[in-house]
Amino acid sequence: MSNPKPKFVGRSVARLEDRPLLLGQGRFAADVSFSGQWHMRVVRSPVAHGKLQGIDAAAALALPGVHAVWTHQDVAHIPPIPFRLTGLVELEPYRQPILAKDYVRYVGEPVAVVFATDPYIAEDAADLIELDIEPLAPVLAASGATGPFDAERATEPSIIRKSYGDVDAAFKAAHAVVALALSTGRHSGVPMETRGAVAHYDEARDILEMHGAAKVPWWNRDHIARMIGRTRTNMHLLEGHVGGGFGIRGEIYPEDVLVCAAALAFGKPIKWVEDRREHLIAANHSRQQQHRIRAAIDAEGRILAIDDEFFHDNGAYMRTHAATVPDLAAAMLPGPYRVPAYRVAGHIRLTNKTPCGTYRAPGRYESTFVRERLLDAVAAKVGVDGVEIRRRNLIATSEMPYDLHLETLGTHIVYDSGDYALLLDKTLACAGWPALQADLKKRRAAGEKVGAGVAMFVEKSGLGPSDTVRVEIRKDGKVEVITGVASIGQGVETAMAQIAADALGVDYTAIDVVHGRTDRIDQGAGAFASRVTVMCGEATRLASTKLRDKVLRLAAELMQTDASALDIVNGEIVSRDSTGPSMTLAELAQAPPGDLSAEDTFLSSHMVYPYGVHVAAVKIDSDTGAVAIERYVIGYDIGKAVNPRLVESQIAGGLAQGLGGALLEEFVYDDHGEPLSVTFADYLMPTSREVPDISILITEDAPSPLNPMGLKGAGEGGANPVGAAIASAIDDALQRPGAITDLPITPQRMKAICRQN
Amino acid sequence: MKPAPFVRHVPRTLQQALAMLSQLAGQDGRILAGGQSLVPIMAFRLAKPAHLIDINEVEGLDRLDSDGKALTIGARVRHAAFHGPVVDNPLAALLTYVARHIAHYPIRMRGTFCGSLAHADPASEWCLTTATLGATMIARSTRGTREIAAKDFFDGIMSTALAEDELLAEVRLPLLAADAKFGFNEFSRRAGDFAMASSLVAYRVVDSKIAEARVGVGGAEPSPRRIAEAEAALNGQPPGDAAFRAAALAASDAVDPLEDHQTNAEYRRDLVRVVVRRALEHSLQ
Ligand SMILES: Cc1cc2nc3c(=O)[nH]c(=O)nc-3n(C[C@H](O)[C@H](O)[C@H](O)COP(=O)(O)OP(=O)(O)OC[C@H]3O[C@@H](n4cnc5c(N)ncnc54)[C@H](O)[C@@H]3O)c2cc1C
Repeated sequence: MSNPKPKFVGRSVARLEDRPLLLGQGRFAADVSFSGQWHMRVVRSPVAHGKLQGIDAAAALALPGVHAVWTHQDVAHIPPIPFRLTGLVELEPYRQPILAKDYVRYVGEPVAVVFATDPYIAEDAADLIELDIEPLAPVLAASGATGPFDAERATEPSIIRKSYGDVDAAFKAAHAVVALALSTGRHSGVPMETRGAVAHYDEARDILEMHGAAKVPWWNRDHIARMIGRTRTNMHLLEGHVGGGFGIRGEIYPEDVLVCAAALAFGKPIKWVEDRREHLIAANHSRQQQHRIRAAIDAEGRILAIDDEFFHDNGAYMRTHAATVPDLAAAMLPGPYRVPAYRVAGHIRLTNKTPCGTYRAPGRYESTFVRERLLDAVAAKVGVDGVEIRRRNLIATSEMPYDLHLETLGTHIVYDSGDYALLLDKTLACAGWPALQADLKKRRAAGEKVGAGVAMFVEKSGLGPSDTVRVEIRKDGKVEVITGVASIGQGVETAMAQIAADALGVDYTAIDVVHGRTDRIDQGAGAFASRVTVMCGEATRLASTKLRDKVLRLAAELMQTDASALDIVNGEIVSRDSTGPSMTLAELAQAPPGDLSAEDTFLSSHMVYPYGVHVAAVKIDSDTGAVAIERYVIGYDIGKAVNPRLVESQIAGGLAQGLGGALLEEFVYDDHGEPLSVTFADYLMPTSREVPDISILITEDAPSPLNPMGLKGAGEGGANPVGAAIASAIDDALQRPGAITDLPITPQRMKAICRQN
Repeated sequence: MKPAPFVRHVPRTLQQALAMLSQLAGQDGRILAGGQSLVPIMAFRLAKPAHLIDINEVEGLDRLDSDGKALTIGARVRHAAFHGPVVDNPLAALLTYVARHIAHYPIRMRGTFCGSLAHADPASEWCLTTATLGATMIARSTRGTREIAAKDFFDGIMSTALAEDELLAEVRLPLLAADAKFGFNEFSRRAGDFAMASSLVAYRVVDSKIAEARVGVGGAEPSPRRIAEAEAALNGQPPGDAAFRAAALAASDAVDPLEDHQTNAEYRRDLVRVVVRRALEHSLQ
């Protein structure tokens, strides 16, 4: 039976999830409370590296209102936090215990927790806990010689190696070699909502619940349960509203496990809400890498081989993402270009800093910066412009699907579809490239430091292996779509409702999308890797289509006609020729047999690969070193945009974060490993005044052949190449290729570069 | 980020406030004005005052008037009071222009002029303004009233000449000459951030030459101050590029720049040259 033609998919319908948020009725982690709850406060290491000799909690315990203090020995039976992705065996000894054991390894490491009647007393008590720590020399540099990290560990737990083709032969045969040393700065996703977790044990039902889950509730449910001796059936994780995810929120952190273990141990609800200072030193950092990259090229600047060695500063422990970020950096580095031979060695290094994890476009922000800088350097070497060098090296559509001969996240990388050159043309046209160039040239001649740059990238999205969705029509005719994904603010409810509405023949506002609840559906992969719209979207379409067939079959019996003669229009079952009786979905749901539900699963063993182009035009104030962005254009092909406005918001938000990493945000440490960026006065996020107007061009020229709607995810393309595009524009403004080698480009660094002119 | 325990006291009259301050200052008592600096510091537990004397309801401290010579600004007058003109004098335009550079709108609705001076952040715009224009601070305690000249008031990073039992009750800011020119410029990494360097200038033009030049620099040293070398480079010169550049260079040579992890001395010195020149250029617009 053919599906009705889409009414909602492809349209920028209004978000379903905004009403409670705009009315101030959101339910974020801190809004969840239970009567009789205890508040948890974490005592964190004040030194970057040291031997933990003793903890004196006597004064804290004597404070009225304090119920208990835990140190490592109280939780010694709980294993360290497991790996969720890319968990190489050799990394296991580097997992983080939920409370420090014997050593402290970064400022901010949880050493003890206090439980008290209110958060003020908990913090007063935490201040009274005396830590006896013998300071040890911190390791702060991620490059250089390897050695012991401390008595138990080495500074380099593993090296990610990937390669294909004969790299050495290519370098021998090369017309020229271009080599660069580049780095990206330590920064991270900083959601508006800090982390929070509230655990509650219901003795009567023997159910342990944790509120404040995000991103991957099912995996976390399974693994927290295992860590504390429960099972996936007597433990639930519940997601309320989430004030931003960005990769860092929703992983298992020590605090999540601690509230759960304490709720069980004390039989009291336990609430923990992180403050901003804690967030900036305790939640995952990301992005700090140093690369030494070389390209072998022919006389026209065509790449013959790329050889990269990089050092990934992972901080003091391997958290849930294990080797994910360096692995993605290594695997995605070649980008949209034909690279006949490739070799990479990514050194995972430990330092006495906050441990790292993924952050929007993980590994790709870093390796796109490196690759695009390399392309610009190749252009300079052969004397053509940045656009021309890219055209010469882009993979052609005729080569699609393109097998990269590399693997990541347990999948083989095969670019499923794409017309990279076409998107480059379209984006340059949107930017008015020739006129822009002419204008910038004229202004430069008049003494202004203005310039433009281009960066290209391939993103990945839609990580499998599977997603399951159940769709139900309730007795009141409302439709419920129960998913195994999470909503971190990206508009999941709206997009899934649009897809289900079209498949079923109802209005999208008649659909409730349930997400992030392990008590409503037994399995779910959650929200990461731009996977939701692709995986859950197709599963929603499959389940809704199945339900539609079921509805028509049951209705046909009641209406004594043939299912093929019926249709569902605006939630009403009508005959296709507009004659005869009709019936609402509510009526059908109330009639026997009544079970109007269907479930289906979408399986996918390959990711899908959206791709994009960013164009930046900047002006440098050579007096102060300030960089102003005058124009920013983003072209992104995502196969099929379910809701273009939501896609634009994803791109705009990503751009703001990309800009942060390019110009403003940096976690700085002093020589003792003391973090200096612990407030929003020191860790500078871009505000509405720093983020420019942008032009966004969403194209649908290369639908994915891997799912029927042609979907590709849109979550990370706004952030991915921003550092690269701005660096390129600054080079152009200075008319000095290769001027920018390190991110972020702070005014002081920019001024120092200007002085060299 | 929950403050340590404290007791809040709410005096209604100046006498009550001063009495409380005299009694509680020795027991870790502090004035609470707009709270825009003190409350964040308490949230971080960098300050743990046991007593807060909240002056937001004290009668008479909301004074904002002029006697034709000086503008008097009481301890409850908020930054936002200067969003529009407050006196019929070029000083009004100066204050309005400068006020817009302080923090963000919600902070300006609460933070006070006098609180900024008492807090004495090196980059505070009002500290720069009072230092440049030669304000007089009126400090009161149960022991009496003291008048402190701006140049004697600021005493290093977040430190002033106020004794712990003294309230900065008001500030007298001299009016400018009717033909006075002023200019202001600051540099910060984001809009609304504390400036990494700032400059306020004021002067008259007599017979086409600069006279009575005042060049203040903020954010660059522990306290904002007038830079005599830069003023000397201006006085007697026609306003314009040559004099402005000379003054900017003199100012940058004269300062002993603060350093922090984002800012080395060389860069800060460069910024001083830039903000002084731009403030002077602004004076001609
Ligand atoms: C995000 C942010 C950005 C900011 N940016 C800027 C900026 O760009 N420029 C700038 O100048 N300021 C900035 N501020 C600070 C703001 O201007 C404060 O309002 C000001 O520094 C202090 O004034 P207050 O009235 O809030 O004082 P409070 O915070 O109440 O008090 C500050 C200190 O002064 C003492 N105090 C206050 N009033 C008196 C008095 N009358 N007598 C004696 N002691 C007193 C208090 O005891 C306390 O120690 C910013 C603040 C924030 C939060």
